[in-house]
Amino acid sequence: MVENIKYANKYNFAFIDEATKKEIRRKLLKAVAIPGYQVPYSSPEMPIARGWGTGGLHVTLAIIGREDIFKIIDQGSDASVNACNLREFVHQMTNCQTTYDTSEATLIQTRHRITEEELTENQIFVYQVPQPEPLRSVERYEYRTRQMHGEADYAKMWVSLYESYVRSGDIMLGAGYPVKVNKRYIMAPSPIPRWDVPNLNQSKALHLFGAGREKRLYAVPPYTTVEALEFEDVKFHTEDFKGTECYKTGYKKAFLDELYFDDGSKHFIINDSNFLDKLVEKESPKQHENKYIKQLQS
Amino acid sequence: MSRNADNWLLRVTNLTKIYGEPNENTVDQTGPKFNSNICPETDSIVACADISFDLYPGEVLGIVGESGSGKSTVVKLLYFDMEKTGGAAWLKPYADGSIDMLSESNQKKRFIRNNLMGMVYQNPRDGLNFNFTSGGNIAEKLIMAGNYHVGEIRGRASDLLNKTEVPVLRMDDRPANFSGGMQQRVQISKAIANNPPLLFLDEVTTGLDVSVQAKVLDLIRELQQDLGIAMIVVSHDLSVIRMLTDRTIVMKNGRIVESGLTDQILQDPQHEYSQLLVSSLL
Repeated sequence: MVENIKYANKYNFAFIDEATKKEIRRKLLKAVAIPGYQVPYSSPEMPIARGWGTGGLHVTLAIIGREDIFKIIDQGSDASVNACNLREFVHQMTNCQTTYDTSEATLIQTRHRITEEELTENQIFVYQVPQPEPLRSVERYEYRTRQMHGEADYAKMWVSLYESYVRSGDIMLGAGYPVKVNKRYIMAPSPIPRWDVPNLNQSKALHLFGAGREKRLYAVPPYTTVEALEFEDVKFHTEDFKGTECYKTGYKKAFLDELYFDDGSKHFIINDSNFLDKLVEKESPKQHENKYIKQLQS
Repeated sequence: MSRNADNWLLRVTNLTKIYGEPNENTVDQTGPKFNSNICPETDSIVACADISFDLYPGEVLGIVGESGSGKSTVVKLLYFDMEKTGGAAWLKPYADGSIDMLSESNQKKRFIRNNLMGMVYQNPRDGLNFNFTSGGNIAEKLIMAGNYHVGEIRGRASDLLNKTEVPVLRMDDRPANFSGGMQQRVQISKAIANNPPLLFLDEVTTGLDVSVQAKVLDLIRELQQDLGIAMIVVSHDLSVIRMLTDRTIVMKNGRIVESGLTDQILQDPQHEYSQLLVSSLL
């Protein structure tokens, strides 16, 4: 009997067929060439619904190689449902090694956080992006926002920051704070907390953003200037955790989660699960350096 | 201010806007002579054609004419709200008047618009963003001109609102909650926020009641005297023209039929349409 080689494997390596991977890679190259610019792409069907991490998954599966060591986090945690399922899926489709250890990973997919541990030149960081268009809140029409990006016409964005300051005394954007990339395009850094925004600036790693539902890819190449929008007298600042510390480690210089115990007492804990584990194990992981962390007292 | 051939602020030559697909006879077969601006051969519509004039610094020029005569089109073309079909315009403060501003890129046009011009529309909804506060609307213009200091922006905005007699207390309210006259005054504040040398006023008092009209006109006249801004005032209302302008252009069917000193045109109109216009003045 003639052996069926072609259909011996049910799926292609990394699930997506090679032609589509090639298309995504080409779009990624374009995205890297124009930092912060949103490149439309095919956003093929995935076994999960669009808007549930398909964008990040497309990027991951298009660029993953057999040697890659894969880590995925969801809101800083390796153990949340979204992360576990996608890790399992990527592992099944590629047979790649997976890890929780940030420094060991070569390819990290994330939802809504940058790892607390500093990224290196050998790492690629992939974001799942729900809304790639930073101007959507001020302009609902796509043809208009594209024009605005094309002509660097960002006055409306600035006015919305001004209005927010006037109304609330501060720029009330918790996650997805708009940034200017390479002094040109305004970009939505996916909804990462403000804490993480400075870590994009001059980062050693390559950052790739995939928005599956909106069919857009964009990128921040290594060592690119990324600036949070701020007025001359109203400055960008990160989250304020003054007077709190991680209840397990006593650490103060990381992004903290608020926990309520059964007795009603409130505690804080480091959001990045791998960073927390390492501190608990008395290891000393190398953290990102930025002026906002430097200002904090240890 | 001396007016010689060289100290013009805005020079417009052969400004033309045609909708549809014109042929070579379109411009010749339309206009006041034919009492129509629709080309009989191609059905294209000549909104305005062959409009040429000079505007001098600090001067107020009126454009008067019936509805559909193309007067709003002229200022909208000059403010880049529409794309021209033909013609050219030079603005002295921009590249010393050496470059035709209508042929510039969108980015350059935006620069000119934000730094060197202001526009007050008939309907405040066209000039203001009703989702922003009145302070935010003024801030938009200042930010577009490169001011990123919130304290300075708010200082300037409250100065402007003071000047236009909008209560500064309402700076952080939306113009949607304002009366028509107040909206119009916020619009004027926004238009003059960057001290532009040139201001366009497109039927600013139409739709306001008479006492508010008088206040808005007073305000415009005051601003003109204090700041010395050159203005182009579009109106079908001859009393507005008489009150505000030094020189007047009379338009009909997309052409200029008469131009001259406002007093002269009102006292001694030459063209039969101007005569009709003046005689119908109540």
